[in-house]
Amino acid sequence: MAKLNLNRVEMPRQDPKVRGKNFNEVALGYSLKQAKEEASRCILCPRRGCVEGCPVEIDIPGFIKAIGDGDMPEAVRILKSKNSLPGICGRVCPQETQCEATCSLAKKGAPIAIGRLERFVADWERANMPSSSSPPAQPTPNAKQVAVVGSGPAGLTVAADLANLGHSVTIFEALHVAGGVLMYGIPEFRLPKEIVQAEVDYVASLGVKIELDSVVGKIVTVDEVLNNGYQAVFLGTGAGLPMFMNIPGENLNGIYSANEFLTRVNLMKAYCFPEYDTPVKVGRRVAVIGGGNVAMDSARCALRLGADEVYIVYRRSEVEMPARREEVENAKEEGIQFKLLTNPKQFLGDEQNWVVGAECYEMELGEPDDSGRRRPVVKPGSEFTMDVDEVVVALGTRPNPLVASTTAGLETTRWGTVVADEETGKTVKDKVWAGGDIVTGAATVISAMGAGKHAAADIDEYLRG
Amino acid sequence: MYKILLRQDLVPGIHLFKVAAPAVAKKAQPGQFVVVRIDEKGERIPLTIADWDEGGGSVTIVFMEVGTTTARLALLEAGDAIADFVGPLGLPAHIEKFGTVVCVAGGVGAAPIAPIARALKSAGNKIISILGARSQDLLFWEDKLRSVSDQLIVTTDDGTYGRQGVVTEPLKELLESSEKVDRVIAIGPSIMMKFCAKTTEPFGVKTIVSLNPIMVDGTGMCGCCRVSVGGVTKFACVDGPDFDGHQVDWDLLFARQRIYLDEEKCSFEQWQRSIRLEESST
Repeated sequence: MAKLNLNRVEMPRQDPKVRGKNFNEVALGYSLKQAKEEASRCILCPRRGCVEGCPVEIDIPGFIKAIGDGDMPEAVRILKSKNSLPGICGRVCPQETQCEATCSLAKKGAPIAIGRLERFVADWERANMPSSSSPPAQPTPNAKQVAVVGSGPAGLTVAADLANLGHSVTIFEALHVAGGVLMYGIPEFRLPKEIVQAEVDYVASLGVKIELDSVVGKIVTVDEVLNNGYQAVFLGTGAGLPMFMNIPGENLNGIYSANEFLTRVNLMKAYCFPEYDTPVKVGRRVAVIGGGNVAMDSARCALRLGADEVYIVYRRSEVEMPARREEVENAKEEGIQFKLLTNPKQFLGDEQNWVVGAECYEMELGEPDDSGRRRPVVKPGSEFTMDVDEVVVALGTRPNPLVASTTAGLETTRWGTVVADEETGKTVKDKVWAGGDIVTGAATVISAMGAGKHAAADIDEYLRG
Repeated sequence: MYKILLRQDLVPGIHLFKVAAPAVAKKAQPGQFVVVRIDEKGERIPLTIADWDEGGGSVTIVFMEVGTTTARLALLEAGDAIADFVGPLGLPAHIEKFGTVVCVAGGVGAAPIAPIARALKSAGNKIISILGARSQDLLFWEDKLRSVSDQLIVTTDDGTYGRQGVVTEPLKELLESSEKVDRVIAIGPSIMMKFCAKTTEPFGVKTIVSLNPIMVDGTGMCGCCRVSVGGVTKFACVDGPDFDGHQVDWDLLFARQRIYLDEEKCSFEQWQRSIRLEESST
C-alpha cells in the first residue's frame, strides 16, 4: 500500500494583489487531475466520521471514491441525492468544523479536502452535464401543496426534498431573485451568483414554483396561505434584520449596516455602477465593525470597490473571532488591517452629517461570558480616534418580525426567533414548520440546509399520514 | 413582469401609471407603498400607492421625474411592463374618527394623500384639504381631493391659481380660527412636511407626515431608510412611513436624503448620454 499522504492538494487561487481589485471568484477550483489526486488520499475507512459530521448526511466516501474511479456522473448522483445545492455548499460550508473535522486523517495530518471535492463535482456537473440529464420529478396527480416562505438555503432544501418526494411546492420570496442570503449577502468573489442561480434553477427544474416579489406578511399572510389550499407551510425567512450598536453618530452618512452594504454590492451590483443603477459609497478609509464572516465579506468588498485602507474593528482578540479561519487569512492576504481588542464608543461627523471618525476604546479580555469566550472589558481612559470616511456595522442580524408578527399562534423567543422542534422543525402552530436562521438566529448555510432536510422529512410524513 | 395598463401625464414631469398587480391591489391600504424596479439593471425605489382597484386587479402609482429611475420610468407606455412591483409595504395610515382633519398636500403629495383623505372621510371625519403647488400648471387632482373634502384650499407659490403663497399659511389660519382641528396629515416634499409640523407644533395638534428616505429592499432588511423619531432610530419601511412630525429629526432626514447626490448626478448624466447615443444611431 502506498504511503499515506498527509498533505492535501492545494487549490489554485487568484493572487491576492490581483484579486483585491476584482470581484471574480478567489478560489479557482481543482482540475480533474488535482481532484483525483486529492480523492486518492481517502482511505475509505469504515468509521465514516465525515458522514456523521455532515448535517445533510452526504455519502462522502462514496462520491470521493467515484471521483477516484473517474466516474463523475456517479459522483454527481451520490452528491445530489442528499444535497441539491452542492456548488454552494462546496464553497461556503465550514467543512473544517464539520465533515473534515471528523475525517480519520485529521488525527495525523490534513483531512481530505471534502469541500474542495464537493465543489469540483458540482462544477463538473454544471460544465459537462446538460440540465436535462437530471430528470425533473413531476408532482403526483393528487400531490399535496406545500408553501415555503423564503428561498434561502433552508427554503430551497425543503422545496427540493419535498418536490423529489412528489409534492407540489411553491416558494414565496420577498426579493426579486431567489437565493436569499446566498444572493444578497455572500459576495460574488466567494460565491458567484451564476452558481447560486444555476442551483436555484435546478430546484425549479424539480417542479418547484417560485413566486418572487412576494413579501409574506404583507401580500399574503401564513393563515391565508393555509386557507388557500396549502396543507403545510415551512418558514425559512432567515435572520434579515440588521443590528446596530445604538451609540452616538450611528446614523451619520457613510455608515452602513452590513446588510445594506452587501445588498447594494451583491444583489444590486453596485460594483457595476453606473451600468447598474444602484450606487454604493466608496470610502477611502473604511472601518468594518465585527469579527464574523459577514464582517470579512464587507471588508473585502470595500477593498475591491477601491478603498485605500480597510480595517476590521473587533472587540475581542483573533482567537475569539467567529469568522472562518480561511476567510480571516484571505482578508489578511489582501491587506485588510485588523484592529483587535478595539470597540467603537461613538462615530464623529462633519457639519454635512458625513462620518469622519470612529472614537474607539481599547479593550482587554476578562472572565469568560455565557458564550464561553472571554468577555471584552473597556480599558478606562483608552479612547482614541480612527480617521475613517465609511463604516460598515457587521454585528449580526435577527429574524425579521414581518412573518411572526402577522401569524397568530406562533411562539417566538425574546430574540425574535421562532420556536420549533429541534429534530423536525415543527412549530407550535398547526401545519407550520420553520428552520434555518429564523429558528437558530444567524448561523451557517449548511445548518439551515440540515434543518430544511429534517423538516422536509417530517412534512412528508405528516402529508402522507 | 407587471404590465402598465394605463399611463396619464398629469402635469409636466408627473405621471400616473395603473399597473396590473392583482395580489397587491387586494391588500393595499391608504398610506402604503410599493418598491419598483424597472429592469435587470434598475435600482429599487419606493413609490407611495395613489389608488387601487381590487376588482380590476390594478394599483395606481404617481411619480415625479427626479432622477435616473423616475426618468426611465417616464419613458414607459401602456402595454410596457415593469420587472418588479413589490407591496403593499409599510404600515397603513392610521384611520379612525378624529373629528376634523386637515390634509395638506404639496406637489406630487396630492396623489398619496387622496386615498388617506378618502378613508378618513369615510370614517366620519370632517376633511379640510390644502393643496399646494409651485404654479397652476403643476396642480393635479384638485377635483379628486375636492370630492373627498368638506373644504378645499388651493395655493400656488406664484399666484397663478388659487391663493398665492405656501400651504403653511392657510394651515396656520385654520389653526388660529374657530375651527377645532384634531389632526393634520402632511404629505409632500420633506421641507414642506417639516414646516407644516413646525406650524402645528405651537397649537399642539398631532401632525402625521409620510417620510420618504432612500430605501433598498423596503422590508426592514437593510436599514438604509433609518430615521430618528423622538430620539429613537426607526426604519421608515417597516415602522412607517407615517410618523409624528413633531418628533422627527428633520435635519437627519435631509442629510440622509443627500447621501448619493454625486452618484445620482453621475448616473443621470450617463443615462442621458446613452439616450443621445441611441437617438443619434437611429
